[in-house]
Amino acid sequence: MNKYTVTLADNGNIAVDDTILVKGAQAAAGSRILEGFRPLFSAEAVTRLEQAGYVMAGKTHVGEFGLDLVGEFSYYAEQTEELKGAAAEAVAQKEVKAALGVDMNGATRRAAALSGVDFLKPTYGTVSRYGIISCAASGEQLGVYAADVEGVKEIMEVIAGHDEKDGTSLKENSYSYVTNQDVKGKRVCVIKELLEKADAEVAAKVNAYADQLRKQGVVVEEVSCDMFDIANTTWQILMTAETCNNVSRYDGVKYGYRTETYKNIDELYVNSRTEGFNFLTKATILYGSDVLSKNRYDDCYGKSLRVRRVVAEKFAKLMEDYDAVLTPVCSKSAYTAYGMDKAFQTVFEESVFTAVANLIGVPALVSGGVQFMGKAFNESMLLSLAGCVERAGE
Amino acid sequence: MKYEIVIGLETHVELSTESKIFCSCGGHSAAKEANDCVCPACSGMPGMLPVMNKRVVELAVTAGLMLNCEISRYTTFDKKNYYYPDLPCAYQITQLNHPICTNGLVTLKTSEGTRDIRIKQIHMEEDAGKLVHVGKASLVDFNRTSVPLIEIVTQPDFRSAEEVLVYLNKLKTMFRSGGISECEEGAMRCDVNISVRPEGSEEFGVRSEIKNMASFESIERAIRYEAQRHIDALEFETEELVQETRRFDDVSGKTFAMRNKETEADYRYFPDANLMPIIIDDEWLGQIKAAKPVEIDEKAEQYRDAGISDKEIDILIHNHNVSKLLDDVVAKGCDAKNAAGWILTDCAGIMRKNGKLISDLEITPEELTTIIKMVDSGDVNRMSGRKILTAVIEEGVDPVAYCKENGLDNKVDASVIEGVMDKVFQENAQAITDYKNGKVKAKQALFGACMRELKNTADTAVIKEILEKKLADL
Repeated sequence: MNKYTVTLADNGNIAVDDTILVKGAQAAAGSRILEGFRPLFSAEAVTRLEQAGYVMAGKTHVGEFGLDLVGEFSYYAEQTEELKGAAAEAVAQKEVKAALGVDMNGATRRAAALSGVDFLKPTYGTVSRYGIISCAASGEQLGVYAADVEGVKEIMEVIAGHDEKDGTSLKENSYSYVTNQDVKGKRVCVIKELLEKADAEVAAKVNAYADQLRKQGVVVEEVSCDMFDIANTTWQILMTAETCNNVSRYDGVKYGYRTETYKNIDELYVNSRTEGFNFLTKATILYGSDVLSKNRYDDCYGKSLRVRRVVAEKFAKLMEDYDAVLTPVCSKSAYTAYGMDKAFQTVFEESVFTAVANLIGVPALVSGGVQFMGKAFNESMLLSLAGCVERAGE
Repeated sequence: MKYEIVIGLETHVELSTESKIFCSCGGHSAAKEANDCVCPACSGMPGMLPVMNKRVVELAVTAGLMLNCEISRYTTFDKKNYYYPDLPCAYQITQLNHPICTNGLVTLKTSEGTRDIRIKQIHMEEDAGKLVHVGKASLVDFNRTSVPLIEIVTQPDFRSAEEVLVYLNKLKTMFRSGGISECEEGAMRCDVNISVRPEGSEEFGVRSEIKNMASFESIERAIRYEAQRHIDALEFETEELVQETRRFDDVSGKTFAMRNKETEADYRYFPDANLMPIIIDDEWLGQIKAAKPVEIDEKAEQYRDAGISDKEIDILIHNHNVSKLLDDVVAKGCDAKNAAGWILTDCAGIMRKNGKLISDLEITPEELTTIIKMVDSGDVNRMSGRKILTAVIEEGVDPVAYCKENGLDNKVDASVIEGVMDKVFQENAQAITDYKNGKVKAKQALFGACMRELKNTADTAVIKEILEKKLADL
């Protein structure tokens, strides 16, 4: 499989998902609607890495606007029989040291789990969103794929920190991360309801991981917590609404794809967008405009904003008793090609494992095919928990 | 039956900021060509994020203070969704849920007394671009996109077109003198909500909204036409009134229904997650209040007390940059009346000669103060002062250096003046004779000849003194 939409440098050591801008290189977010679009500037994270001496290897394929499971629905690549994420595979096969991806609805985390690499979705606001092809501004965050926690730490310390070009960027100028703090006596909970949503193989993997943590002196307990379905539904409402709004600028007027057949401005819009977006994006647009419509706003979008606060409070309460949550990343260990008509439902169901981190902005780390989530700014705890297991396995 | 006209106004005012509301592009006034003032942010390219221009918040708060509004300490932005080629993101960033100012009040003086107009709210928003139609093609110009606007929404408190005009003129004067907006042609646009009801009735009639009028004259004509149309409909049942959006046609002087939409457009407003809520704390509000320009009436009184004429005051309060120049020069120690003369006679004259307006004036307070002080101290005479001023305005020279290079200072030795004077006396025998015969005007001629010889340098007081002495010696 060709991993890159654009190859930038043979000696490159960082892959960049096609939802992130690199100056001059086509950035299409896997969509026909942005065909031929070349940005005038690079994303802040890319600029910081280049200034630190890293070289961008190429733009990796993503599913259109990062809305799918792991990147299977790109306009620029055929769907493979076994589903894999391009950036995660580039890291897994050691073609690059690390890769950058935008975690908007869990696709990057699922891809990392399926390829057996690490991915950190950091706390919202720690990495600049300047230069990412934005869909769901309130919960998307640029994150890092790497072979291990040391690789994640190395890249994160370069890219994290305040950027005045992003109004949601937090004031902290730099962050440092620890991968080896003492985890003895730390408390981790496994969410019963999420374990039950995974198949036997995945559940066994999480339980085996829990045992490895226990060997390192970590206390692991199974708890019941019912908020994950609600958190997922809430995030899907916010995410589809924000995505619907953010992709509305792709209208065939200014750049990217324009239909060949139109007689007036309405046809230019309708035909360009009909031909330019895939079915999953169209479904997202329809859901998004529905939940924002006047009749539905209070029951859907307005309520979701309130539920978001409730979920944040519930999660904070859970974090009073535990240092981290341990969950599956997706329900299966491998996925095979499937039809676009099932995409919206499939992604919705799989996002139950990932959505809470997008909804309330907490960090999530995928390692060894499982996921840790923790308090905001507590990346070091997650990296250390995963780190102790990684080091024990070497 | 007698009818009462009920009007509410939504006024969009373009703010005088150096850059756009969410990016660092200059405003459209800096543009020479289409799409001159455009960046990836204000042309809606992916990857760019809006960053709030603090000055917009400060000007909106200042406007709110002038209109006696409550200032929100927590204010947020929302997105308004609609498709149009001049709107690059297909949404406009505006304020719906937490506008920056609410509950204001402005009192109007009309021919019939006073009327209080309640201000419902003031909110901040970005402007859209514009379309240019060339033959069958349409071109889009994004110079205007993201230019900052405030929208001032009143309650339905106006009862006549006259009141509306008094209100708009008041806003215009207030905003110009306060540096909030230049309120030039097109920088102030109005939507008029109008209905008519039998006098004494408490219920509102069916409402029309007349959209997007830029000239006061159009607004007045539109109100008069629309009110009459409503009255005719009620009185003579000429037509059935429906709530609708209309536009005013300047040529025919009539209003027309814009689109017969079965349902109201749904703009799907929702909060903009890219812009964090703005918190206006006591410290910031205090700074804005302190920087708020003095109200017009108070300002006029100050100028009057300083001995400036009413005609000059009128120019000053309508030209914020000019009154600011005067205030700055006075703050640097110049006399107000004298400085007003320099600005409104000398500067204005030079500007006029060059086919420009006084409001176009560009001279720093430092430069003008230097020139005024050179003259006041007697280092340079008034005529040379004006010559230096002209060079500063037209060529942007440094006043001190220019004065030195052209020998305009008064450091001319008295013996030189005496020498020149002797020469003038020899060459103007007739004038001497006239003087002796009692023609006082002859003295003026001799003085003028002397000035010409000295190329207008030298201290006029010294010249006069020597001249008097020599004439007395005759």
